[in-house]
Amino acid sequence: MHRRIFNRLLAGVAGIAMVLTIAPACAVDEAADVMIHRLSTDVLDNIKTDANIKSGDLSRIIALVDSKIMPNVNFQRMTASAVGPGWRQATPEQKMRLQEEFKILLVRTYAGALAQVSDQVVVLKPMRASPEDREVVVRTEVKGRGDPIQLDYRLEKTPGVGAGWKIYNLNVLGVWLVETYRSQFAPEVNAKGIDGLIATLVERNRANAKKG
Amino acid sequence: MTLLWRPYRAFAGVRTRSQRLLVIFLGLILAGCATGPNANPVDPLEPFNRSVYRFNDAVDQAVFKPVATTYRDVTPSLVQRGVSNFFNNLEDAWSVVNNALQLKGEAAGDSFFRFGVNTFMGLGGILDVATEMRIERHNEDFGQTLGYWGVGPGPYIVLPILGPSSLRDTAALPADIRGDAVTHIEDVTTRNTLWALRATDDRADLLKAEAVLDQAALDKYSFIRDAYLQRRRNAVYDGDPPEEEPVEDAEPPNSLPK
Repeated sequence: MHRRIFNRLLAGVAGIAMVLTIAPACAVDEAADVMIHRLSTDVLDNIKTDANIKSGDLSRIIALVDSKIMPNVNFQRMTASAVGPGWRQATPEQKMRLQEEFKILLVRTYAGALAQVSDQVVVLKPMRASPEDREVVVRTEVKGRGDPIQLDYRLEKTPGVGAGWKIYNLNVLGVWLVETYRSQFAPEVNAKGIDGLIATLVERNRANAKKG
Repeated sequence: MTLLWRPYRAFAGVRTRSQRLLVIFLGLILAGCATGPNANPVDPLEPFNRSVYRFNDAVDQAVFKPVATTYRDVTPSLVQRGVSNFFNNLEDAWSVVNNALQLKGEAAGDSFFRFGVNTFMGLGGILDVATEMRIERHNEDFGQTLGYWGVGPGPYIVLPILGPSSLRDTAALPADIRGDAVTHIEDVTTRNTLWALRATDDRADLLKAEAVLDQAALDKYSFIRDAYLQRRRNAVYDGDPPEEEPVEDAEPPNSLPK
């Protein structure tokens, strides 16, 4: 009797162990473009079925961004590259605040676009990458009414973490986000330092909140 | 032959005037040329450009934006779509030539069929039947053609009224104006009406983008400049530009698991 229970327990433990070892391996096996397609389709479906997001409810949009998008983004790297050389001198608190404020700025910027999602689908464009590439570009088009919208991503391989890839740059209609913000941030950092940049971002976010 | 020749001649008068303007304008640019310690390599004319930008912005706020806003509010969206389609169709005709000049046979063919289908089946271009038929649009202007053949963008230039451009795209402008069917309309009233309508329609399309820009940019001038230069480079390479030399990251990748 005891032996039977023990055997079942053993089988159960073995099963759990197997699941634990296999699951991350499966996740890593997902190709970057497959992941982007799954992720963007998932986000689009969420928006289509959520009346609050379509009416522009910012807290709902931030919740969606935090739950679906942010786990797949190396936002620290994005912020660091946008801030440039000044990032290295920043204290951990300054780094945290920069990321927070930058995220709010971006979410607000894209909230309007998300509110307009209706019947769009994401189409992957052909990808040039070899299996050993640690950084890849995934190119997509969002097709709906009107001209297709070019949306490209740069991803880095993160073996065993999340889906195995993290986004660290985004290209909307031919314009890379990090590069564009680098020249927005540089004059602020040069003139007023990291704290000056944080203050500017806080002020901008406050002004944007008032507008809308 | 005469049919083709006569509107061309009507345009010849404008050409000399525009050439004179161009000379004056280039003189102004050189006068505004300043290379300070903070000069951006892509924007050596920044002080001059910024003043033209301010001028454009003032004109925009006073005239173009109010007109475009009213147009957007009072015109049924179906009509607005028809107007955009009509001008896109004229662009497609010019894209046939530029795709051919870039030896892009399939794209030239697509543009040709789009123009044919939309002109004859889409009421002169008001309906975009070609897109319904899944014929892809390959928009190419002469600036892109020059870029395709290796001409770099050169310094960024903000043109009065016309806005962001580069030395290359400014040099391509006379060709683009000639390749524009509206230029060749002989009736002055019709021609000017179409120009005004297109300007209004283009500006109305930008109203939403402008609202985003107001929120996203810390410095609108440099944001527009960087977006323009990147978008043009992207367009020259048909959406797939080669990597530029990587900019050194402040933080190595994967430095912190999140």
